[in-house]
This record gives sequence, structure tokens and C-alpha cells, in this order.
Amino acid sequence: MSGDSSDSRPATDGGSASDTGAPGADSRPAPSEQPAPEERDHPEGRRNLEGIRIDPVVEAEHESRRAVISALVEDEPGVLARVSGLVSRRQFNIESLTVGPTTVDGHSRITMVVEETDPGIDQIEKQMAKLKPVISVGEVAGDAVTSELVLLKVEADDPAAVHAVSEMYDGRTVDAGPETITVELTGDNASIDNAIGAFERFGIVEIARTGPTALARGNTPTAPGEKPGTAGEPTTHDD
Amino acid sequence: MSDTAAQPREDDAEDGDDPTAADADDPVDTDGPAAGSVSTGAESVVAALEAAGAQTAFGVQGGAIMPVYDALYDSSIRHVTMAHEQGASHAADAYGVVAGEPGLCLATSGPGATNLVTGIADADMDSDAMLALTGQVPTEFVGNDAFQETDTVGVTRPITKHNYFANGADSVGDTVGEAFELSRAGRPGPTLVDLPKDVTQAETDETPGPATPPAGTDPDPNADADAVEEAARAIEAAERPVCLFGGGVIKADASDAARTFARTYGIPVTTTMPGIGSFPEDDDLCLSWAGMHGTGYANMAITHTDCLIAVGTRFDDRLTGGIDTFAPEAEVVHVDIDPAEISKNVHADYPLIGDAGRVLDQLTAAVREAPDAEAWRERCAEWKETYPLTYATPDDEPLKPQFVVEAFDEATDDDTIVTTGVGQHQMWASQYWTYSEPRTWVSSHGLGTMGYGVPAAVGARVAADTMGEQDRDVVCFDGDGSFLMTMQELSVAVREDLDITIAVLNNEYIGMVRQWQDAFYEGRHMASDYTWMPEFDKLAEAFGALGLRVDDYDEVAPAVEEGLDYDGPAVIDFHVDPEENVLPMVPSGGANGKFATAEDQL
Repeated sequence: MSGDSSDSRPATDGGSASDTGAPGADSRPAPSEQPAPEERDHPEGRRNLEGIRIDPVVEAEHESRRAVISALVEDEPGVLARVSGLVSRRQFNIESLTVGPTTVDGHSRITMVVEETDPGIDQIEKQMAKLKPVISVGEVAGDAVTSELVLLKVEADDPAAVHAVSEMYDGRTVDAGPETITVELTGDNASIDNAIGAFERFGIVEIARTGPTALARGNTPTAPGEKPGTAGEPTTHDD
Repeated sequence: MSDTAAQPREDDAEDGDDPTAADADDPVDTDGPAAGSVSTGAESVVAALEAAGAQTAFGVQGGAIMPVYDALYDSSIRHVTMAHEQGASHAADAYGVVAGEPGLCLATSGPGATNLVTGIADADMDSDAMLALTGQVPTEFVGNDAFQETDTVGVTRPITKHNYFANGADSVGDTVGEAFELSRAGRPGPTLVDLPKDVTQAETDETPGPATPPAGTDPDPNADADAVEEAARAIEAAERPVCLFGGGVIKADASDAARTFARTYGIPVTTTMPGIGSFPEDDDLCLSWAGMHGTGYANMAITHTDCLIAVGTRFDDRLTGGIDTFAPEAEVVHVDIDPAEISKNVHADYPLIGDAGRVLDQLTAAVREAPDAEAWRERCAEWKETYPLTYATPDDEPLKPQFVVEAFDEATDDDTIVTTGVGQHQMWASQYWTYSEPRTWVSSHGLGTMGYGVPAAVGARVAADTMGEQDRDVVCFDGDGSFLMTMQELSVAVREDLDITIAVLNNEYIGMVRQWQDAFYEGRHMASDYTWMPEFDKLAEAFGALGLRVDDYDEVAPAVEEGLDYDGPAVIDFHVDPEENVLPMVPSGGANGKFATAEDQL
């Protein structure tokens, strides 16, 4: 190009080209003439990491809490992979996940214990609800019945003492040999933790825990829209 | 459909005017009689696709998918053989964007399926309706690490709306029909059906029934009436309202509703990048798109607004910048069909769950008086004056890429479809082209897939031709790096005689990386220097396309004209200024209102 370069160019919509070689071709401010970031007005407000506007006086942050989420799912291949994959790729903090059949043929219940903020729990429920095999999902009401099963294998040096502790925690001896004793315990989280503490003095060899499973009390449905006692009755995503 | 079924297709048809194009005016009768009789699983698959209204498929043959291809031989569905399965998935994606119908792509098992993955992930991130059909090894070999076996359902589970493993010839047609409908039900997205060869080869006389999405996946399009009223009160009370129209507005065909709403109440409009075209950029109310490389005035408006009316957007981080500084004083009205998007990234004060068009109509009806926003509109207009998109064209510097984009915009009609790869050229194509119609901007947003542009141009061209819109131009802006990733699909454009014009904005860099290296890595150009590029004009000629090269300003207009006039694929290799940067720019995680207009502000 030579000479007045603007002559050879087609007019462009908006005429954005600001040609330093042809003053007056574009009177609009060039980028370098536009107010720099620190020269502009900026609002005072802020949002927190969850995208919630922060009240400048009372800054409210959500604390994470333990929640039991129950999902009624269609028992089809891959459903557990869909749920666990979702939890892992969205970085939800999950303590445990159990799965088992329900009274309805072809339906399973997945029970998850999560440690999340309220918006996080909301997200888990909404994202799970989008999975096609998930029929219904929700947090189990606060006074849910939760229980976990634990198999605990301890050294058999003092069988009588092991038996006594086991009775104290309503445990059941399921295997006893010359070297180890295996005890089955059920209960809620706190009582299980207490029991394990009590068995520690015998020397715990191995332990297997199922993680808690849960049901809502009384006539409250465990998963939203679920109709207790009506085996075979369909529930829908919309409930 | 049966009257066209007699016409066999061959991939190397010498006649570029595909007979299906002539049928484009005939509406596809999806409610017509059920699919004709079938004898195999594969025929059932094809019958289901035809019954669902599929007109076009993009794919690559291979062992495990051969039965389905054999069934396509007698089908009304036009099959476009692509050079690579990634191209098939992008072409199907773009076809769907332009046509407003689910795109359809096919591949064989193993590498065929894994090559589709990028395009499926791309469609997933951009909520594009698409169905992928993959061949699979016979059921009895699944799990044995058989030849060309990949756990396709496992691999694609996190990047599909849902995927299926077909487990019988009797049901495979219904499964395919369901997957097709599911891809466009509610929030669109890709679905996949994995088709073991024994299932497609097996005999069946079960013709698929009418295709329906699975129960519970087709949500109520209307938002809760009380929630609409509450949002309407907030909008009436706003002093600094701004609309933010996202890709969901386009997917819901809600551009008219969006225009009516914003114009009725005099509310300035910004869009997201996927929302480009939802609102005319030459409208006085329009502030163009917001985000990392959005306009300064759009970013000022969403920073200072007190009421953000966001429709069909998921508040991607490239839009919001740092969440702490995103629209920090705004009450947020969030309209979305997917409840999980509500308050996922930005808290919604007024969540409205429903179809973008229906909810915008509800809002238009519910708002009683326009917000008192005269002063705010003036302020927005001042920002437009203060922060225009401009660039300098000094005589002693090479051709500027922005100029090329403007020259194409000037030379084409408003209905021209623009596709792009990903990088600097994509940003210039979105900044310096004035979009006024939906489904004219076809790009890879969420996934940011370099190489999207050429196969997307193939898909877009085929879609426009199928709709009987042969007169529309399709222009692909590509970078040299992006072009090199998928340019083999140029062979498809030549074979099918597709009228597309590819403008390579060649700066011999993987330019966006080079820009970031200069800004954030002390100018250390590690692996971003692409001086080893081939001569694209000659390469284009070798493919059988028109190839041109442009180095100077005075060559631009004639080359643009020649490329657009050429009846077939043309590639113009524009050698542009390697040092040009994309501005304005909001640094990653930064405040939108603090966009940099010059490199030294980064």
C-alpha cells in the first residue's frame, strides 16, 4: 500500500477503521484514548463465591452442613455410574452413597450423605433430577431415620471382653475364630463412631461400613412425590 | 417421505444439486403414518430417523456401523460423508444450529466414536440438539476388549444429555426415536445411541412407533405466574435495567419475543456470545455482547445495572469475569428452561423457569409500565460513544484482520451465516460483524474447539440448501491454527460442491496464545509461533477449491468479491498483522467494568 491508504478500501459498516494516517476519517476515540480502567466509575457492591450479592452490613456466608439426599431411580444399567460421575465431575462433597431395591419392581433407592452449603445441596438435587433414570430426588427431612451397618473384625485375645462391648452396643457376633472375632453393628452415625472407639482397645483388624441409608418418618415421602406403600404406582419427574 | 425414498444416494454423487434440496419446500410430515415395514434393527433405526423428520446425516463409514449405512442406502435421508468423524459431529452441530432441528451424525465403534467426542462435548457445552449414532462390537464381545471396542456409553456419559446402549432389534428403533426427540426437549443437548452390530443386523419386524421424549423431560414452557408478577414489579421499579439475551433465546426461537420485550419497555440489550443475533446489533438499544472480549459499553452496562434480565444464559465465566464483581448491584431476573441453571453461578432474585419465548411474552404482558430509564439509556449511549470498537490501520503495519471481517460484512446480506474456529479470528468475527438475525452466528462457545469452522461451514451450507436457501452466503472465518486442524473437510465441500467462502485470518501464530504470552508470560512464545504453515491458497487449489492469497488492503475487496462470487468452496488466505491483539479484554477472573482497551492495561 502506498499513499492515502483509506482510498482503496471499501467503506465498512460503522466505519470502524480509525486510520492514523488519515486524520478525521474516524473521529471516535481510539482504544488508547478511551478512559483506562482506573479512570472509570466502579460500583461498590460485591457478590460472594456463590454469586449472591453481599449485604454490605451483614455479610452472610453459607456454612456447609450434612444432608441426606434420597433418590428414587430406575434400576437400569449404568444408573450408579451416572450418579457417581455427576457427583465427582461437579465436585460435590459426598460422604457416602448406598443403593438398593425398593418395593417397586425396577426402582432402586440411592441414599447419599453430602457435606455442602444450601446452594450446593440445591444444585445436587437439581443436577440429579436432570439424569434421565432419576425419577425423584430430594433431601430427606431433618428428622429422618438413618442407619448404617458396620462389620468390624478385632483380635480375639480376650473373647469375653469383646462380647461384653458388643452387647453394650447391641452388636452381634457373626464370626468367631481363634485369632479374630467379627461383630456386626447397626445404628446412626454417632453410635457407630462410639462403638468403634470402644472396640479400638482390642485391636481392629479390618472394618467395612455401608454408609448410612435413610427413610423419612411417618407418612412423609422419602423422595419427593414418592407414595409409600403403593408398590407399583408410578412416580414422575414432575412430582 | 416415501416418494423420495426411491432415490438412492451415493457419497460421491457427481451431481452437486442433491435431489433432497428440491424437496426442501415440502414440510416433513412427522405426524404421518408410522414408518414403513422393516426387516432388521438397522432398518428400524433408519425408519425411526425418517419418522422423526431427520433429513440429513453426517458421518464416516466403518465396520460396526455398516448395517446402518446399508439401511441408509434406500433412505430419503441425505448422507454427507465427512473426512473425519470430528468433522461429522461439528457439521451436524452446525446443521442443527442453522436448521433449528437436531443434527445427526454417525460413526463406527472405537476410533470412530472417540473421534466424535469433541463434537459431542462441543454440542453439550453449547446446548445444541444433536443425535450421535455409533456402531459397537457385537454384544457378546462387549467387555472383551474386542477389535475397535470402546466403552462409548461410558466415554460419552458426562458429555451427553443422555446416552443409550441399544439392547435389542425390536426396541432399537424406538430408542433412536426417543434419543432424537430428547435431544431437543427442554434444554437441548446431544444424545447418543450405541448400536451393537448384532442388534442392527438382527431380524425384526417391529416398526418404531411415533418418537416421543422420555416422560418428565419435556418441561412446562410457562413460568409460574406469581413469579412472573414479582419479576415484573422489579423490572418496573428498575432505574438501570439491562437485558442479557443468551443462546437460549435463539434455541427457543424467541428473538421476536425478545425484541418486543426490550423495545416495548425501552430496556437496553446486551447479549452473550452464543446469544449473538438474538437482537439486532444495529438497533439503538443494542450494546452488543458482553464478556471477556465483549464491547466496553456492554460490559459497563452489565456492571452498573440495577436489574439484569438474563434470558437463556448459564453465566459462563467468560461472560461474568470474576463473580464477585459481576453485576454487583443488580437484582437478577433469570429466565431459563433448566432449573439447575438457576442460581448455579449467579444468584437469581427472580427465577423464572420456562421457555425463553413464552416467559418473555409473559413478562411483556405482566409489566404495567416501562421503567423510568431515560437517564440510563443516555448513559449507555454515552458509553457507546466513549468506548467504541475501533482499530488503527497505520500504513507501516500489515493488513489488519478486523478490516477483513468488515469487508465481508459489507459485501454480504444480513442473512449471511458466519462460522468460525476458535481464537483471535473468532473474536474479531464476533466484534466487527454486525449481526441482526438469529442462527447466523455459528461458533464454538463453551468448549472453545479450534477447528470448528470448516466442518461447521459444511453443516451450515447443507442446512441452508436443505431449507431451500441456496442464496444465503456462508462465510467461515478461521485462524491458521484452527484451519489446519480440520481443513480436510474442504474435500467434502469440493465433492458436494458447497458454496462456502473460508477466510483464513493468517497471522502465523496460534494468536490468542501469543497474545496471552505477551500479556501474562513475558512474551515467551513457547509453541505459539506457526511460521511453518503451508500455503493455504495452493493447498485449496490442490483440494479443487478456489484458492486466493491477500497481503494488502487494496486486494481485500476484490478477493472478497471473487471468493463470494465463486460457485463452490473458496479459501482466501489473508496474511494479517501477526502482532494484532484482541481488545477490549477483561482479564480472566477480572471485573467486567475494568476491561483493558490497550495492552499496557493488562
